[in-house]
Amino acid sequence: MSVLVGYNTRLVVTGMSGASGAFHTKQAIEYGTNVVAGVTPGKGGAKVAGLEQVPMFDTVEESVKHHGANAAVVYVPPPFAADSILECAAAGVPLIVAITEGIPVRDMVRVKYVLERDYPGTVLIGPNCPGVITPGQCKIGIMPGYIHKPGGVGVVSRSGTLTYEVVHQLTTLGIGQSTAIGIGGDPVKGTDFIDAIKWFAEDPGTSSIFMIGEIGGDSEERAAQFIKDNVKKPVGAFIGGQTAPPGKRMGHAGAIISGGKGAASDKIAALKEAGISVAPTPAEMGTTLAKLIA
Amino acid sequence: MKIHEYQGKQLFQKYGVPVPIGIPAMTAEEALAAIPKVQQLSGTDIVVVKAQIHAGGRGKGGGVKVAKTKADAEAAVKQIYGMTLVTHQTGPEGKKVQRLLVEQGLAIEHEYYLGMLLDRATGRVTVMASIEGGMDIEEVAAKTPEKILKESIDPATGWQDWQGRKLAKALGLSGKAAVEFGKFMKPLVKCYDELDCSLLEINPLITTKEGKVLALDAKINFDDNAMYRHPELEELRDPNEEDPAELEAKKYDLSYVQLDGNIGCMVNGAGLAMSTMDIINFYGGSPANFLDVGGGATAEKVTAAFKIITSSPAVKAIFVNIFGGIMKCDTIAAGVIQAVKEVGLKVPLVVRLEGTNVEIGKKMLAESKLNIVAAADMADGAKKVVEAAAGQASKGVSK
Repeated sequence: MSVLVGYNTRLVVTGMSGASGAFHTKQAIEYGTNVVAGVTPGKGGAKVAGLEQVPMFDTVEESVKHHGANAAVVYVPPPFAADSILECAAAGVPLIVAITEGIPVRDMVRVKYVLERDYPGTVLIGPNCPGVITPGQCKIGIMPGYIHKPGGVGVVSRSGTLTYEVVHQLTTLGIGQSTAIGIGGDPVKGTDFIDAIKWFAEDPGTSSIFMIGEIGGDSEERAAQFIKDNVKKPVGAFIGGQTAPPGKRMGHAGAIISGGKGAASDKIAALKEAGISVAPTPAEMGTTLAKLIA
Repeated sequence: MKIHEYQGKQLFQKYGVPVPIGIPAMTAEEALAAIPKVQQLSGTDIVVVKAQIHAGGRGKGGGVKVAKTKADAEAAVKQIYGMTLVTHQTGPEGKKVQRLLVEQGLAIEHEYYLGMLLDRATGRVTVMASIEGGMDIEEVAAKTPEKILKESIDPATGWQDWQGRKLAKALGLSGKAAVEFGKFMKPLVKCYDELDCSLLEINPLITTKEGKVLALDAKINFDDNAMYRHPELEELRDPNEEDPAELEAKKYDLSYVQLDGNIGCMVNGAGLAMSTMDIINFYGGSPANFLDVGGGATAEKVTAAFKIITSSPAVKAIFVNIFGGIMKCDTIAAGVIQAVKEVGLKVPLVVRLEGTNVEIGKKMLAESKLNIVAAADMADGAKKVVEAAAGQASKGVSK
C-alpha cells in the first residue's frame, strides 16, 4: 500500500540530541513512527530530554545490531552530514533520509560515488529534503503529519514546502496519499524523480502520481520521457519558478537557470508533451490531480 | 559567491596555473602607476586595461582596451575607470567600474574555451573545452554542441594526465602546446576541487606563438555551502558587487533575491517562495523579492527578514506565506510581531499560515491586534496582496 516506509520501518535518528533532531523525533513518534534508536557521537547511553525511551548510541552500527534499525534519518549539521550518511550506509541501513540543508557539493559528489560503487542497494533520499511519509503508518522527516491522509496518490517533489502544499490540497479535497517523497533541492542527491516514479508505478497501492519540480537542471525533462515510455498511471505535475529571473539562485543550490538551461517553460513543455497534466498555479495542484482521477 | 577576474588569476597563480603578468588597481592612480611596471616586467609596451566587474561581456561593452603605448594605456585607464559599463549581464542600469586590471599584451596564436562545473546528470565535475574560444559559449553550445568537448572527473582518482592528452588532441594541440596544456589542467582541477568552486570558466584560454598556454580570463564561483571551509575567501567578496539588501540578508543566513516589483514576500522553503512569486504574477502583481527564511530560522531571523522587506520604499504590500514543517508557525508569528513593534507597519500585511504549530501562530497574531489581513490559502493570500498593493500604489499616485 506504499513505498519505502510503513509499519515495518525501524528508524534510527542521527543527530537526535540536536534541537531540530529532537523536536522532529518527538513529532515522528507521536505520529506513530517506530523510532528504535538515536545516535550522537559521544552521547552513547545518554538520555535526550523528552525522548528518554529512545536508547542513544555512539555509532549507527550499534543501533542496527541491537535494535534492527532498517531506516535512518540524518539531522546532523552540514560539516558532518556526508560522514553520517556514509556511516549509515556502511552499517547496512538500506534506507537513508538526509534532511540536512547546506551540505557542500564536493561532499555529495563523493557520497554519491561511494554509494553507487559500494552500496548499490542502499536508497538515499535527499539531502536538503523534507523526508518520506506513508500516511497513517510512518513519518520520517520534518513534514507536518496532520495534513496527510492515507490513500492512493504517490507524491514526489524537489521542494519541501510545495510537497506540504499539494498534500494539504489533496487531503482537503478528500484525496489521500500512498507515500510522499521529498527528494530535495540540491544539485547532487540520492533518489531522483525517475527512481521514485518507478517505485510508484510498480506499487499496487499507488493509483496516480503527482510530481513537483522546479527550475534548474534537467531531471524533470528526463522524468517526463521516462513517464511517457513506461508509466500507465495518471500523472499530474507542477513546476515552481516560472517567473524566476535567469542567473539568480532561488534558495535551493540546484534552483538556478544558467546557460539558457533549466527554465520552467522547457520543463512544462516536456511534461505536457509526455501527456502529463500540469497545474497552472501552485494553488491548483490538488484540483489538477482530482480532475485526472475523477 | 563570485569574485573578480584578477582575484581568480591570483588564485590560479597560487596553484601554478599560468596567467599573464598583471597588476590590479583599486584607483585610477594605481592603474596609471601599474602601466610602466607591467611594461617592464613583461618586456613589451603592449598592455591591456580590463574593467573588473562581475558581469560578463565586458569587452563588447567597452570595458577592455588593448593599448600599444604608455600614452594609449593611460588614456584607456582614464576612459574605463569610473565608467558605467553596460553588458548583457549587468542589466540596463550598468555597473560602475571601480577596479581595474592592467595586464601584459600577448601574441595570441589561438583562443579556446575551458570550463569546469558539476554535471548533475552524472553527479561528477566535468571539464568542458572548445576550440571556439572568446565567443559566447552558450551560443556555441546551442548551435554546434559537437564543438564542446567534455571530460568527466572520477571522484576516486581525480583528474588523470591521459585526459589532458585526450583533450589537447581533440583541441588540435600538438608539440609543446599539448604538453603545456596538460601541465595547465592539473593545478586547475586541484584549484577547483580544493577551493570548493561551483563554476570555473576561462574564456579565452590561449596558446601563444611560443607554445605557451595561459588563462587570459578567469571566472570563478564558489559553493556557498562550503564557505565555512574557506574563511580566507570571504575577504575576496566585493560589497560593491552585491545588493545591500542581499548582503544584509546573508548576515542572517536568509536566502534573498532582489526583484523589481512592489510586493514584499516572506516565505519558508525555496520551492514555495518561487511559487509564491509565480502566483503573485499570475494574479497580475509583481514581487519585490524572493525570500526564503529557511527551516531553522529563529524569531530574530524572522524579524530581520521582515525589516529587510519593509526597508525597501518600493514595497507597497507584504505577503507572508508559511507552510510550517521544520519551521514553526509560532516562530514566524513571534518574529513578525517583534519586527512590527520595532519598525512599525506602513503597508498592508497579508498572512497565510499553515503547518507545524499553526494554531499557536494564528492565536499569537490575533492577540497582537496588528492590522493583518488573514488569508485562507495561497491563492486567497496572493489575490488579497495583489489588490492591496494596487490600492497602495494608486494612493501614492493621487498624492
